[in-house]
Parts: sequence; C-alpha cells; structure tokens
Amino acid sequence: MKFAVEIIYIIAAFLFIFGLKMLSSPATARRGNLLSAMGMLLAVIVTLLHRDILDFRWIVVGLIIGTVVGALAARWVAMTAMPGMVGLLNGSGGLASLLVAWEAYHRDRAPDAFTATTIVLSVIIGGVTFTGSVLAWAKLAERITGRPILFSGQQIVNGLLLAATVTGGMVYCLNPEANYPIFIALLVLALLLGITSVLPIGGADMPVVISLLNSYSGLAGCATGFVLKNNILIVTGSLVGASGLILTQIMCKAMNRSLANVLFSGFGAVVKKSVARAQGEVKPISAEDAYVILESARSVVFVPGYGLAVAQAQHAARELGELLEANGTEVRYAIHPVAGRMPGHMNVLLAEANIPYDQLFEMDAVNPVMDTVDVCIIVGANDVVNPAASEDKGSPIYGMPIIEAARARTVIVLKRSMAAGFAGIENHLFSKDNTRMLFGDAKASLQSLVAEFKSA
Amino acid sequence: MDTATLLTFLFFIFMLSMVLGCEIISKVPSTLHTPLMSGSNAISGITIVGALIAAGVAGDDTLSVVLGTMAVALATINVVGGYLVTDRMLAMFKKKEPKERK
Repeated sequence: MKFAVEIIYIIAAFLFIFGLKMLSSPATARRGNLLSAMGMLLAVIVTLLHRDILDFRWIVVGLIIGTVVGALAARWVAMTAMPGMVGLLNGSGGLASLLVAWEAYHRDRAPDAFTATTIVLSVIIGGVTFTGSVLAWAKLAERITGRPILFSGQQIVNGLLLAATVTGGMVYCLNPEANYPIFIALLVLALLLGITSVLPIGGADMPVVISLLNSYSGLAGCATGFVLKNNILIVTGSLVGASGLILTQIMCKAMNRSLANVLFSGFGAVVKKSVARAQGEVKPISAEDAYVILESARSVVFVPGYGLAVAQAQHAARELGELLEANGTEVRYAIHPVAGRMPGHMNVLLAEANIPYDQLFEMDAVNPVMDTVDVCIIVGANDVVNPAASEDKGSPIYGMPIIEAARARTVIVLKRSMAAGFAGIENHLFSKDNTRMLFGDAKASLQSLVAEFKSA
Repeated sequence: MDTATLLTFLFFIFMLSMVLGCEIISKVPSTLHTPLMSGSNAISGITIVGALIAAGVAGDDTLSVVLGTMAVALATINVVGGYLVTDRMLAMFKKKEPKERK
C-alpha cells in the first residue's frame, strides 16, 4: 500500500513538471495548467487513503471552506488586481505550512533534532510569507500607503528581530521538548518579521516582494517535506522555489537594481529631483491631428503601461489597433518586462481585451526595429520609456533598460497631465522634438481616435 | 533505511528538482510570467498534503483539530484559487485569427 501511494506521488510530481513545461507556449499552457491540477487532485486523493487518517469530519469542513473561498476569489478578482491576488493566495499557503508544522510539534513534543529544525524553518518561512504577503497586498491595493515606511533605527530593529529569531530557533532545536514557549515566541517573531521587512519597501516594488515570497513558500514546502519525509513536497517546493527566484531575478534586472537595493533601500521614499532639467517645450496635439498622422502610418507600436489598465482602456486600444490594421498598418504592442504590476501582467490585461498574443512583443524584440516605426503610441506608460535611463547619469533610473520609443519617427503620448510617473521622475521624452502630447483620459483619447477613424 | 541514508536521498531529490525547476522555468516566455507565478503558486499549495494528514490524525486535542482544519482550509484556498485563476487567465490568451486582407 505504502509503495502504491509513493508511486502515485511520483506520477503527481511528473504531472506538475510536465504541466510547467507546457507553460512554455501560450498554445499549450492551459492544458498544462489542467495537467498540473490533476496532479494535485491525485496527490490529495491518495493522501486521503493514508493509514494514519482516522477522522474525516474536519478534513471535509476544511476542504469545503477552502474550495468555496478559493473559487469565489478566483472568479471575482479583477485582472488588474492579479498581483495582489497571487500575494494573498501565497500568504494563505504560507500560513497553512506554518499551521502544519505547529500541529506536528503539538502532537509530538519531542521531535528529533532534524525534524525540529525543519519545523522551525516551516514556521519562520511560513510566518514571514503570510504577513509579508498580506502587507504586500495591502500596499498594492492601496489599503495602506504605497510609499516606503521608514523610521530611524529600522535596520537595527529588523536586525535585532532576525537575530532573536535565529537565536530562538537554535535554542528550540537543541531541546524542543522543554521549549514550547520559545516555539510560540518564534511564531510571533516570524509574523512580526514579515511585517517589518516589507514595510520599508515601496508599492512599486511589491511584485518583487510577492515573487520572492512565492519562492519562500516553495522552500517552506520543501522544509515541510523534510519534516514529513515526503518526496512530493520536496519536488514541488523546489519547483516553486526556482520559479520565484527566476522571476525575482528577471524583475530586478528589468529595473537595473540589485535585490538588496529593492529590499533595503526604501526606493521612492522621497521624490528625487533629476539632475538634468527637461529641455524644449511640450507640444500638445489634438485627436484630429493625431488621426492624420496615424492614418498615413505604415507601422504603429503601442507601448502600454499600467495607466492603460487603470483607465480601463484595453478595449479601446484593441479597437484602435484593429482599425489601424484594417487600414493596412502593421500594429504591434511593445511590452516592458515590468509593465503593469508584475512580469507578464500587461500581457494578461491585453489578452483580456482579446488582443492576440502574437501581436505582443518583448522590449528586446522591438528596440532593434524602433527606427523603422512610424508612430509609437504611449498609453499610460512613463518610466519605462524615459530616455533619462540611458542619458542622465544623475537619474535614479539610470541604467534601467527601456523601450526606446524616442527613436520612432513620431511619438504620441496619451497622458492625463504632466505628472511624474510611479518612480517620481521627470520624463524628457515628453519634450523631445518628435513627441506630441495628447492630453486627457487614456480611454477617452483612444475612443476619440477610434471615432475619427470611423467617421473618415 | 537509516536516517542518514534517507536524508541523503531527500537532499538529492531536492537538488535535482531545483535544477530541473530552473531549467523549465527559464524556458517560459515573458508573456506567460503572470500565469506562471499564479500556477506555480497553486502548486505550492501542495502543503495541502501535510495539512490533510494533520487534520486527519488530530484526534481529541482541540488545538490540534483547530490547527489542522485551518491548515486544510487555507491550503485548499491556495490550491483551488490558484488553479482556477490561472485557468481564467490562460483561457484569455488567443492567437490571431487569420483574416483576409481587405
């Protein structure tokens, strides 16, 4: 029996791996996710056959509550709120592994040294993941201020908390049987540590936090796997750990910042003044004139930013794109790795508006051909097209890879006002010679362009 | 199997799956990074396996029952919510339909 169970776990692990592999193309991704879900179902069913499980009442209660809450949340969450949703789901996973470890210790007060170590790891990582994720969600959803919260001596407080956690963990592991109070203290410390370590990080950096915490929760799963000597937990935990780490790396690279800088620098706490002031004047354009330019363009590249999603302008953008195509224009969407609120978020938002994924291009694919583009339309993006990133050494975003929109023949910027972007930095692109500003709400502007096309 | 052998074995599995994870994930195109994150997050809900055992063997101790049941509920939220939301996102990705040029 035990052997049969292990075999099923191996099959489940295979389904997870294969499911992730099918995510390498949008054409197979959905089936991949389904395979992975079937793996999970197999793992759950076979676990229920475990000989130690005697009482199913509470399992059923937990399963029903979880299924209802999870299904409703997945059904109702807005696509714009996806990063926060992933954060919350991740947080509940983290809390679950904390509780599993606590229960394991509560049931058997005298675990051996190795089990004690993994129990402590599960509790610490799970606790940090839980409070950290909830706080990251609160910052993203603007339930609390998105600006970094800094106070003097913060690093010292965090350092002390961390030191206390490590010391407490070691004391506990040396003699778990006598140290229930220390275990509880550790649990509280872990929850605190999650809060204090995310507080000084700005709202713009929350996606990095969420993906890092995702990787932690994977590693917490691994730790639990070592507690229960369970292979499948270890395999899946490390898959998740790896995916979180890679995505974290991608995001840091796209912002040209180190992980340490993201986590400890309090980036964006004060609005920094750029060294070089913008030169030249801003040239506004009317929708009619913008239409004339677009009408004769052979190739158009949209650069969407989060402002597009905020204005709910994806559908208007798709409509304009279709009209342009009908007019014989080549239409592409250039997507910066950190457009939106997490990697790939903008792709999801555009897919929601029925924009086919083969029109979406990565930054590195668009930049080399930017000189041949007639019109670059910037909708709600700001920092990711800011030439200061390559020209102004004093700029806080200097060195960040950008979409080089300025190299297109004409740049049309759809923008509500001249306000600075998420990072609080002035944008020189707006005053370049070939830039025209179409002021107003992004959705209204796109719709008036659509109307111009239709009336022509 | 004695403990040392078992541990070596478990660490070996850990190392292999870490390498495999990095290999597979780095092949995922940036278009799918958000579903990748929510999907892999759903997989991390595998803690549900531990939670089920915790809730099932809990017995009479009230705290154990509460901890186990909460763990099952939370892990289920992670699993069910994660897979459904990933599916909802992936269902939206469509290829361009071949259209005749006018």
